[in-house]
Amino acid sequence: MPDRLVDQLAFPGRDTYQRMVAAFRDAGFESCADLCAVDYLTHPGRSLPAGVTAERFEVVVNLLSLSMRQRVRIRVQVPESDPVLDSLVDIYPGTDSMEREAFDMVGIIFTGHPDLTRILMPEEWEGHPLRKDYGVGRVPVQFKEAPGPR
Amino acid sequence: MSEHGDNQEGEGAAGGQTEEPESAAWQAAHLLAEEAALVAETSEGAQELLPRGTTGAPDLRREVGAVLRLPEGNYIDPGDIDIERRDDQTMIINMGPQHPSTHGVLRLMLELDGETVLRTKPIIGYLHTGMEKTAEELTYVQGCTNVTRMDYLAPLHNELVFSLATEALLDVEVPPRAVWIRMLMAELNRVSSHLMWMATNGMDLGSTSMMIYGFREREMVLSFFEKTTGLRMNHNFIRPGGVAADLPDGWQDDIEVICDTVLARTFEYDELLTGQPIFRERTEAVGNLSAEEALALSVTGPILRSTGVPWDLRRTMPYLAYDKLDFDVIVGTYGDNFDRYSVRLNEIRESIKMVRQISEMMPPGDYRVQDRKVTPPPRARIDESMEALIHHFKIFTEGFRVPEGEVYVAIESPRGELGCYMVSDGTSKPYRMHIRGPSFVNLQVLPVLLRGGLMADAVAVISSVDPVMGEVDR
Repeated sequence: MPDRLVDQLAFPGRDTYQRMVAAFRDAGFESCADLCAVDYLTHPGRSLPAGVTAERFEVVVNLLSLSMRQRVRIRVQVPESDPVLDSLVDIYPGTDSMEREAFDMVGIIFTGHPDLTRILMPEEWEGHPLRKDYGVGRVPVQFKEAPGPR
Repeated sequence: MSEHGDNQEGEGAAGGQTEEPESAAWQAAHLLAEEAALVAETSEGAQELLPRGTTGAPDLRREVGAVLRLPEGNYIDPGDIDIERRDDQTMIINMGPQHPSTHGVLRLMLELDGETVLRTKPIIGYLHTGMEKTAEELTYVQGCTNVTRMDYLAPLHNELVFSLATEALLDVEVPPRAVWIRMLMAELNRVSSHLMWMATNGMDLGSTSMMIYGFREREMVLSFFEKTTGLRMNHNFIRPGGVAADLPDGWQDDIEVICDTVLARTFEYDELLTGQPIFRERTEAVGNLSAEEALALSVTGPILRSTGVPWDLRRTMPYLAYDKLDFDVIVGTYGDNFDRYSVRLNEIRESIKMVRQISEMMPPGDYRVQDRKVTPPPRARIDESMEALIHHFKIFTEGFRVPEGEVYVAIESPRGELGCYMVSDGTSKPYRMHIRGPSFVNLQVLPVLLRGGLMADAVAVISSVDPVMGEVDR
């Protein structure tokens, strides 16, 4: 892998997550480039550093430092039984839409988010589409012409 | 009149006349219920902007401050926000999703006090087609046709970021000619995208001739794309391992014509728009943004540069071979509509400068990796070699396997940082592919830009953000 793509990685626990991001912000990471969630339901055996227990969900945050020209990627494990994580909106206001997207698509609940509503799906939609057990293809697609009335 | 009214009331109170459902009161009630059902059916519920009366003071402070949820509240003290305005003094109006100037299916809810915009909420998702979910069902070979449809004004950038992410996981080195062809196409795509923006922005400001000119010039670039890739849009040209085909014969002449014509015409735009008093009145000091706000809201691309931050991934975190090119990063000063306009206009000129250099420095050689596990064999080889036939079959049925891992790759698309976060579980399909769409993130500045401005400027401000809804909703 090219050197410029090997980012710094950090694996905080859920309790230290918010404080760690705030520390990175104070250390010169001015902007939060991206935040997304991954559902590892069917791929539990991924490689993680020692001491980190793999959980079903993972929230991935990419921070960007313009002054140091660096990126850092923060990966937090979020258990299936309690998919709750602290919100980053107070630290980086730009994570507002991204957290709403992660909530909408994967169903992570961000505590402290001012407006945690669905953003891409309609409000009354059931389920979170990017979960691995969501069931793509549940509705059969008819490819051939439907039989006529006769 | 009054007699009649009294009569009806009496009937209603008595609860009689049920056998006569055609009565006016019954009809009115029925209509109301129907209307309520219709409203409930089309409403986006909590995603919408709620009226002041039903929003509590802390929520209102937060929503008004918005818009400025800046760190440590250094820009706005929640206590200072005027929330005393009564509900009947302001009006919430709906704009979109079918409004012609929202550049697609963007829906905005605006709270107005007279003609001044107070709160704004973009409501998106009307073009959501689940492309990230689709990507999990497609192999890496097929994936490009999916991502290219996201930002339909810069399809080659989408393919580029997807291919770069795949190659990073595969650890494949792309031949130099492929790198330079990719760079050439990406820069031409930036020119066509910015021209399209100039056209629609002119249209939104009432300069219809600019719309015609912008489309005319963009057409030249699209013709070149058609000649090279076979399609005007959604090319599927940049693929993991290189590009789909070599440049056509005589491509340098075509490039020369495009560069000369478009560059000369950018000076015509200067005469048409830049120096024109009406255009300047409508763009200068409209929709101001500070660098701190832009950074806090994760804004990238021309909008960030217009605030004076010289951040361009091509320069600051070079990918492909941008470090070998000589170009300037264009920055503005005030972060208003005019700065965003001039940043984009000058980026067209810079891109043309780059295209000329690329055309001169284009190296010879292969245009894709000669690794039969990644790229299909040439058509002629399939008839003679059993092995080539097997590779061809494998690639197009099963695809190639990508080692386990995860990577985040970002490039500078015409709209800002276009990122791709890809997780592979060792199979031939991405386990998770997340696209960080610059338009999606940039839309968050709309409440900031519009607050305190005039309703009449809203269209100009939306246009200056340059959202592409295909990428916002994915």
